Amino acid sequence: MSEKTILEVKDLSTHYFTSKGVVQALDDANFTLSGGQSLGVAGESGCGKSTMAFSLLRMVQPPGRIVKGSINIGGMDVTKLDEKEARRKLRWQKVSMVFQGAMDIMTPVYTVGYQMMEPLKYHKDITGSKAEEVCMRYLDMVDLDPELFYRYPHELSGGQKQRIIIATALLLEPDVVILDEPTTALDVVVEARIMNDLKRLKKELDNAMIFITHDLSILAEISDDLAVMYAGWIVEIGPATKIYKDPKHPYTQKLIAAIPRLHKDIDRLEYIPGAPPELTNPPKGCRFHPRCEQAFDKCTQVEPKVHDVEGVKIKCHLYEED
Amino acid sequence: MPRTIVKARNLRKEFEISQTFMQKLQRKPKLKVRAVDGINLDIYEKKSMGLVGESGCGKTTVGKLVMKLLDATSGELYVKGQNVMALDDKRMLKAYRRMAQMIYQDPFSSLDPRFKVFDILEEPLLIHDIGGSLDERRAMIEKALEDVRLTPPEEFIDRYPHMLSGGQRQRVAIARCLILNPDFIVADEPVSMLDVSVRAELLNLMKDIIDIQDLTYLYITHDISTTRFFTDYIGVMYLGEIVEQGPVGQVLDNPLHPYTQALLTAVPEPEPDRLDRIKEIPIKGEIPSGTNVPDGCRFHPRCPYAKDICKKKTPAENEPAEKGHKANCHFAGEIEFKMKVAKLSDDGKIEKVEELEVEDIIGD
Ligand SMILES: Nc1ncnc2c1ncn2[C@@H]1O[C@H](COP(=O)(O)OP(=O)(O)OP(=O)(O)O)[C@@H](O)[C@H]1O
Ligand SMILES: Nc1ncnc2c1ncn2[C@@H]1O[C@H](COP(=O)(O)OP(=O)(O)OP(=O)(O)O)[C@@H](O)[C@H]1O
Ligand code: SF4
Ligand code: SF4
Ligand SMILES: [Mg+2]
Ligand SMILES: [Mg+2]
Repeated sequence: MSEKTILEVKDLSTHYFTSKGVVQALDDANFTLSGGQSLGVAGESGCGKSTMAFSLLRMVQPPGRIVKGSINIGGMDVTKLDEKEARRKLRWQKVSMVFQGAMDIMTPVYTVGYQMMEPLKYHKDITGSKAEEVCMRYLDMVDLDPELFYRYPHELSGGQKQRIIIATALLLEPDVVILDEPTTALDVVVEARIMNDLKRLKKELDNAMIFITHDLSILAEISDDLAVMYAGWIVEIGPATKIYKDPKHPYTQKLIAAIPRLHKDIDRLEYIPGAPPELTNPPKGCRFHPRCEQAFDKCTQVEPKVHDVEGVKIKCHLYEED
Repeated sequence: MPRTIVKARNLRKEFEISQTFMQKLQRKPKLKVRAVDGINLDIYEKKSMGLVGESGCGKTTVGKLVMKLLDATSGELYVKGQNVMALDDKRMLKAYRRMAQMIYQDPFSSLDPRFKVFDILEEPLLIHDIGGSLDERRAMIEKALEDVRLTPPEEFIDRYPHMLSGGQRQRVAIARCLILNPDFIVADEPVSMLDVSVRAELLNLMKDIIDIQDLTYLYITHDISTTRFFTDYIGVMYLGEIVEQGPVGQVLDNPLHPYTQALLTAVPEPEPDRLDRIKEIPIKGEIPSGTNVPDGCRFHPRCPYAKDICKKKTPAENEPAEKGHKANCHFAGEIEFKMKVAKLSDDGKIEKVEELEVEDIIGD
């Protein structure tokens, strides 16, 4: 693992300006990543995971836009790029992404090979047999028969399609690969094999990886660092081992306790009463306070700051030093 | 010995696949999917059975057969002593539908968006002529909402489905099924569309209701981890067959069938520290199509332990360990459950393989 920082995100906020109000989907995200390092991003549906990913690629869909902060990749501030620069300098080459649900939208009329060669042609001007050779090498890398290059998407299983999409995201050797729920639609056996491949590739290729899923069990397999999101905030972030063993934020504590276990007998599952808030009108103070068992007066009024406890950053009043 | 509520013997369901025009022109034989391929199943009174397995293995089809929403192709099926295969009388079918109820996976499409919660819950009462007056029905509906903790009921009773969260909709669906006081429930992936925290809350709730009302139920899921908490027995399906079944703790801690062993190995556990290690998943290739079920043991093309006999002879149910814990494998009881874990080097090569026992996997 190289220690050099390749991605630095500072105070990043992205909002959607809808007719019903401003959706505060991401607020004040802060983190850094170095080569070979993986960041797992967890949180319930609608907490802003995909919004954060799209922001890093400068691909936030209208009516959304980045409203604050910076994203530094190799000395370049992504938030300052225009669309043309983002396409030429950023996407695929610096940051690539496996989109949530991508395997369902592979174009049925083109072969796997045709779809894989697109970014090679556009960004590196590599075509013909040279491009074919590169694609086949990457197919092999994700444990697929290189002959799949000639096949059509409808002839493939879900797991094969997802591997092809992962291979395509790796083709241009980006510094950062973002995987947004890459295994959510797959069966456990296929999922476990893809996770094995990703673990292997992470070491082999030494690029940084951002792995997004609501499934904390899967995240434990792949994350060096873990970020837990709630209602647009990163509420806890730090080394995954520490957070799994000793979660500090009340939300993280509940989330981890709610995971049903295969080899342990339990009478009751932990859960968090209530539902996440509407992000057009999040609760005042701490956004988690209506569901938090440990909430006190201040939580309903004052937004918590981020506190550092032994290398883990926690956005919660409980960890304020007095 | 508890009474058997559901008893299936050699139960089968085949679907014919529709042909394209060209296939008809070429007089190709019609293809059949063996969705449920000769299963034996016993569900005991006031007990719960989980049915797990990968997508397309036939779980939902079993549920629909038991509910008589589909007619079986062959075999025997008795529910509370009634021969379900022979239920064709309208009146008897209606009585059956009252006794046995199903909860579906998708809380977004299983409720009619044009109806208010009140109407959704009143409908089954009207169909089955329960509750003489509007007031009586209203009281029953309020009680049902309280049972699923949609309280106070007045706040929910006049809402349309789009005014409810996913978890609240699924509660309404559960209330709709409980309001008829059924004896037996089939729940097909009732929580898989919901968020983790909400999922846990609903499973707790369903478990409470089931315990209090002494219900018998079949819980269908691809999420094996939830069965330990939620069911007494489980069955593991592969390609239309229940390849292993028994008390939930025994099947999960001491799986006999190589498919169950592979499936359990693949389930992720929320343990960090595993970044340098990969689990070997002891299963080859991909699931064959239901139109082309392999001869002999249907798992043999993918089984790491397959011998010659497995290609020729279909294994019968074996009960090598504890009573009631059965597996359809010629070598059930001889194949020990061990997890092989490989250590990765810094550049992603496999360095060393170690074998782990279940105790090592469970951790603390
Ligand atoms: N195009 C859009 N217009 C308006 N609001 C949006 C848009 N896209 C997302 N949002 C809102 O922004 C918030 C964050 O959404 P996002 O998709 O980032 O969540 P997520 O964590 O990826 O959820 P999931 O787990 O369901 O994929 C949600 O409240 C969502 O409704
Ligand atoms: N009406 C139908 N016509 C044709 N084939 C069908 C029909 N219903 C189910 N099948 C096939 O029968 C097999 C079993 O399907 P079933 O829906 O029971 O699986 P399942 O285990 O519930 O899967 P999932 O986990 O995806 O819900 C599959 O191969 C499916 O394609
Ligand atoms: S700030 Fe208060 S409400 Fe928010 S998580 Fe901490 S204790 Fe709970
Ligand atoms: S019968 Fe043979 S092929 Fe089938 S599961 Fe047992 S060992 Fe494997
Ligand atoms: Mg998302
Ligand atoms: Mg199903």
